[in-house]
Order: sequence, then C-alpha cells, then structure tokens
Amino acid sequence: MAGLRQDHKSRQRRRKRAGRLRSPVLTDQAGKGVHKHTPGPGHSAQIPLRTGGDLLQLVSPEGERISHPEFDVWVKDIGDEHLCSLYEDMTVIRRIDAEATALQRQGELALWPPLLGQEAAQIGSSRSLRDDDFVFPSYRESGVAYVRGAHLSEIARVWRGNASYGWDPLRINLATPQIIIGSQSLHATGYAMGVQLDGANTAVLAYFGDGATSEGDVNEAMVFAASYQAPVVFFCQNNHWAISEPVRVQSHVQLADRPTGFGIPSMRVDGNDVLAVMAATRVALDRARKGGGPTFIEAVTYRMGPHTTADDPTRYRDPIELEDWAAKDPILRLRKLLEAKGLLTEDVEARVKSKADAVAAELRASCIEMPDPQPLDVFNHVYSTPNSWIERQKEHYSRYLNSFNQPVEEGAL
Amino acid sequence: MSKLTFARAINAGLRKSLENDPKVVLMGEDIGSLGGVFRVTDGLQKDFGNHRVIDSPLAESGIIGTAVGLAYRGYRPVCEIQFDGFIYPAFDQIVSQVAKMHYRTQGRVKMPITIRVPFGGGIGSPEHHSESPEAYFTHTSGLRVVAVSNPEDAYTMIQQAIASDDPVLYFEPKRRYHDKGDVDESLDLSSALPLDKAAVVSAGSDVTLVAYGPLVKTAKDAAMAAADDGISVEVIDLRSLAPVDYPVVEASVRKTGRLVITHEAGQSGGLGAEIAASITERCFHYLESAPVRITGFDVPYPYSKLEMHHLPDLDRILDGVDRALGRRNSLSGLEG
Repeated sequence: MAGLRQDHKSRQRRRKRAGRLRSPVLTDQAGKGVHKHTPGPGHSAQIPLRTGGDLLQLVSPEGERISHPEFDVWVKDIGDEHLCSLYEDMTVIRRIDAEATALQRQGELALWPPLLGQEAAQIGSSRSLRDDDFVFPSYRESGVAYVRGAHLSEIARVWRGNASYGWDPLRINLATPQIIIGSQSLHATGYAMGVQLDGANTAVLAYFGDGATSEGDVNEAMVFAASYQAPVVFFCQNNHWAISEPVRVQSHVQLADRPTGFGIPSMRVDGNDVLAVMAATRVALDRARKGGGPTFIEAVTYRMGPHTTADDPTRYRDPIELEDWAAKDPILRLRKLLEAKGLLTEDVEARVKSKADAVAAELRASCIEMPDPQPLDVFNHVYSTPNSWIERQKEHYSRYLNSFNQPVEEGAL
Repeated sequence: MSKLTFARAINAGLRKSLENDPKVVLMGEDIGSLGGVFRVTDGLQKDFGNHRVIDSPLAESGIIGTAVGLAYRGYRPVCEIQFDGFIYPAFDQIVSQVAKMHYRTQGRVKMPITIRVPFGGGIGSPEHHSESPEAYFTHTSGLRVVAVSNPEDAYTMIQQAIASDDPVLYFEPKRRYHDKGDVDESLDLSSALPLDKAAVVSAGSDVTLVAYGPLVKTAKDAAMAAADDGISVEVIDLRSLAPVDYPVVEASVRKTGRLVITHEAGQSGGLGAEIAASITERCFHYLESAPVRITGFDVPYPYSKLEMHHLPDLDRILDGVDRALGRRNSLSGLEG
C-alpha cells in the first residue's frame, strides 16, 4: 500500500520533470483551487468559453482563403502537397461511400450509413490526430476509419452482417462503430481519465451527431470531462438531421452554446471547410495534451444523403435545402481553392481518380469475396472464459446440426 | 483468521485488490472521504489517493460509461452503485456496452469491470433502497452475476470478481453488512472456490433448498428448525447467479428428489423460475414433487412497515419445504 503511494508520488515527480504535469489527476475543481486556469463555480462569467466567432471559416464556399488572426497559425504548416492529400482523402471516402451504397442496393451489404457531405468534417478532424490518440466514433465515421488505417473489408463486414466488429480497436486506436446514440462520449471520457492516470499526453476524441446532444450520456460525459479536466475532444458533426428530426427539435440554442454551461470551451466551425475543421481540432487536441481539459467542437455540416440506406429523406426534407447545401459542398470548395492556387493539375486529378477507383474496386472485391461465418461462431467470445450455460447450448446446437447428417432410419418417417 | 463484519470483509478485499494491481480503480458516489453510505470503502481513498478511489458525479450511466473507457485503456474499474434501485440509469451502459463489448470485438477488448450493488430489503428504507434487480442482469448474456452471503465469501469473491476479465455484477446483501464472520485474509485466491461455483452449506437428504445473498442465512436457520421436526434439508448457496452451477443443484436434487428455491425478488421471470425449469428438464425422473418457489411477491417493493410480509422468512420457507414434502402446509387442499 505504502509502495503504491510512493509510486504515485514518483510518477507525479516524473511528470513534473517532463514538463507536462496534468491535473494531479481527478481532483476537486471547486474547492481546492488546484487549477488556476480552469473554470469552476464562481469563475464562469469571466472566462470566454466560445472562441472562433459565430462560425469559424478559413475557406469560403467560393474557395477563397479567409484569413483569421487567431486560427491561421494552426494551419500554416499545411502546404500544397498536404492540401492535395486532404483533397485525395475526401474524394476517396466519397467514393467509398458511393460504392458501399451501390453494394447495399445490389444486396451485398445489409445496410450502409452514408457520410456524403461530411467529408471535410471527417477528414479534417481525423487527419489532425496522432497514431497514439484514441477515437470513439459513432456509426457514420467510415471516413475516419479509412484515415486511421482500417482495411476496406473491415469497414464493410459489419454492414454486410458478417461480423459484429470490423477492425481491431487496439490496432488502430479506433473503437468499433457505436450504434447507441451518444454512448461513446462516456467511453471517450473514461479513456481520457485513464490517460490522465497514466500520465500520458495522448488525446481522446469522440464523434457524435446533433441528435446525440440530447442524450443523457453526452451530457453526463461533459460533466465528468469538466470535473476531472479529462483530455477529451467532443467532436459533434451537426449534419442538421437525426433521421427525420431537424436539429431545432434537439436544441433551442446553437449546439456550441451547450458545453459552455458545463465549463467546457467550445468552437463552432464550418464543417464543410476542411481547413477550419483542422484548425479547430488541432486547437482542441493541443489543449487536451497540455492538461487544459476537454473541448467541444460543433462542425456545422449537412447529411446530403439519407440517414441510412433504409431511410427515405424525401418524406421529411425540402429538396431546396439540399440544393442550398450542395452549393456549400466540401469537396467542391476545396477544388476551387486548389484551382485558384493552380494546384489542380491533370496529374493530381488523374492520381486522385486512380486512387479512388482502386479503393472502390478493392472495397467491392473484398466485400463480395468475404467468407461467411460458421454457425457455431454465434457462441464464441460472449465471455473471456468458458461459461457453462453457453457451452451446453453450443453442444446441443452442434448435435442438432449434426442430426441433419445422420442417415434416416428405415421406418422413421 | 480474523472476525470481520460483512462490510469490513469487502473493504479488506478491495484493499487487497488495490494493493495487488495498480490498474484497479474504485469509482462511485460518496465512496471517498465518506467511505460510502455503508462505509464499505472506508479509509481507501485516504490510503490509495483520490486518483484510485474516485468520488464520481451523481450520474450512474456516467459511472459505468466512463468505466467502459477506463477498461478500454487497460484499467479494472470497480464501480459502486449506491443502492439497488439507483442502477437503472446505468442499465443501458451495462446491457448495451459492458455486457456486449467482448462479443462485439470478438475478445479484442475486455471489460474487467466489477459493479458492486448493495441489494435486498429488510432495513426499513424508503422506496428504491430495497430492490432485488438481479434477474435483469442474469438475463443479459455477457455479464457474470454473483451474490455473496457471508463475510468469507465477500472477501474472496470481490477479489475474484475484480480479477475476472469478464464484467461482474457483485450483489451485496445490505441487511447483512453488520453480520460478523471468520475471514482468512491470508487465503490464496487460487485455492478458493471459483467464482462460478455453488456451495452446499448445510448437508441434508429430504429436500434441496436453494438460496443466495441475504436469504442463505435464513435458509440455514430454516434447515436447523426443520431438523427439529425430523426433516433433513440440504441448503445450497448459489453464489453465482449467472451462470448457475447446475451440476451442484442437480446432484442434490437427484439425492433428495425435492426442490425449494427462495429469493427476495419477485417470482415472475425470476431466478427461481429459471432454476425450476432447468432442474425439471435435467432431473425430471428424480423429482418426487413439483419445484416450489418461495419469493417476494410480484409487487413493487412495499413500504417498510409491510416489507416483512414481502420478504421470505424462516416460516414461509418451512411452509414451502412442507409443500415440497407433501406435508400439511398453508396451501393444502388448494388446486393449482
């Protein structure tokens, strides 16, 4: 016991030496005054928690670079090649999305949740992460999975119904797609508390949508994250629709105004502007790594497709709204910027197209060639150690299946 | 061997786990400086620091949901749910996440989370403080569910639960917290009865009486009282509610031919129903009479002046024993 306390003390000393002392982990923010710079009751009025203005934009819908005194510095390292690679990733994930939608229509996938329109939000945020950061996605972040290094077959197989997970979460530091709305925000916060306990400078990022902000779990996650100043980024893609419910059903104020009530700094960014998304995400990740606690980002974007391939948005959505947002298309906008900079050469276009074609072909092939699971796999991995109930059911079902291979006795029918 | 109360025995087990594994962290409401409303975590924050014994915000879903994230990071969280009736806000995280993560990731991500739940009645509390919600969780695959009945088991089983790579719901009979018993704190866990095994705590030959948690003591008292009437009752402490150790129950029923099951939880869809059905399937030709369930009523947990009617006691259990034996009992002459 004494040894453990000793360990804790020496760890704190190590961290002090390393110059990245986070909060002496999980302390009471209100009473002890440990954190001079973090909000607590009695401080909230003095601290400007919303930054970046009403809508942070670094590239206009017309493709013009807009200078921003505070945020330019966060993307100043992004040169021509980097910009082209962002364009490539956004184009590739749009192609993945189109191919997967087609595969669903052809009966090769059971379901697909399209990301069409959210390419800048997903690429801008995920390309800001380090490999050792950990990400907790919802179910729509297939673009993030691509960036984190998931194989295309791994992205497809959950939606084909061949497996309950796609990629190994611990291989690419990306949790499996979360279907329960907002649930993962708590997992991200808990993981971030673990990062604090470890004294690491890893950051954690949770993706969720506008609908999730109504869930208790997201609100509880903000309470925990603020109380413990956990190094977590809440990345909310406000795509304006939770299946058929517009965002105004979820909130009477801008979503970015909600976290400030929890004492969490927030930014509202143009989610179709990949540079603005990167700048905001980098600010948030940097704050997390430096012990500055959680940040909330509202990326204002638009779900241009249906909720899933099982949905029919024509029943609830005005087509004019879709036209308006098509004019703000994230890929189109980046193309215009690249054109203006003279970067959209035939060479680049050909390279990006060939990459997208190759990825789509691989997705299709790996999906169609995927082996079916075996019947008795249904019993595997419920527990980490044998469970007598399941072993018995497995044995009985195995006998049942084998009974079809037994010769029928004469007269039995 | 030391004499410890039930609560101190759990405390000693938690202390041992905190000492042995730096990845063990405790989370819950009021578990820090207060030591929990039942003082089960008394002194642990002082000795291990507020980074390992964490006072959580008042949000049960948040406690379990952040525990999932901590488990993802390699920790072994031990969560206290303050009272049985407060667990429902966390139900989604327990059922949808904790229970399914191992299956979802096909073993890549383990959820070694222990959820401690003081449960059961008999302490004269207001609403929501006396419930027995175990069947919700035994019905959920992916969870291990245990209920402890004595300080010795409480001490070893909390350590086994924490060491388990599977999530464990650990039900503590709150009306027994002050009961004292011998606890061998030097016991090597590897020599202890495994977490998923039942124990015959009182040998007998006429009828098998299955109990768990708070009613094990009542069942043992009933067996002693029955002995005065010349009836030999074998009492089984189930210990593990999911999975149930059927071989132990089967062996006993094959010997006695009669089965009584008792729990505080309501009857419909309860553990007694599952055990009665399973034992009937497995030992039909050994049974001399229909299995009998002596349980709480299918009513919301009643206000405290009525709870002693709701809770199975020694006399109701003996009435059930008489029914199993075909002796005169309160339902004699009643059809169906």
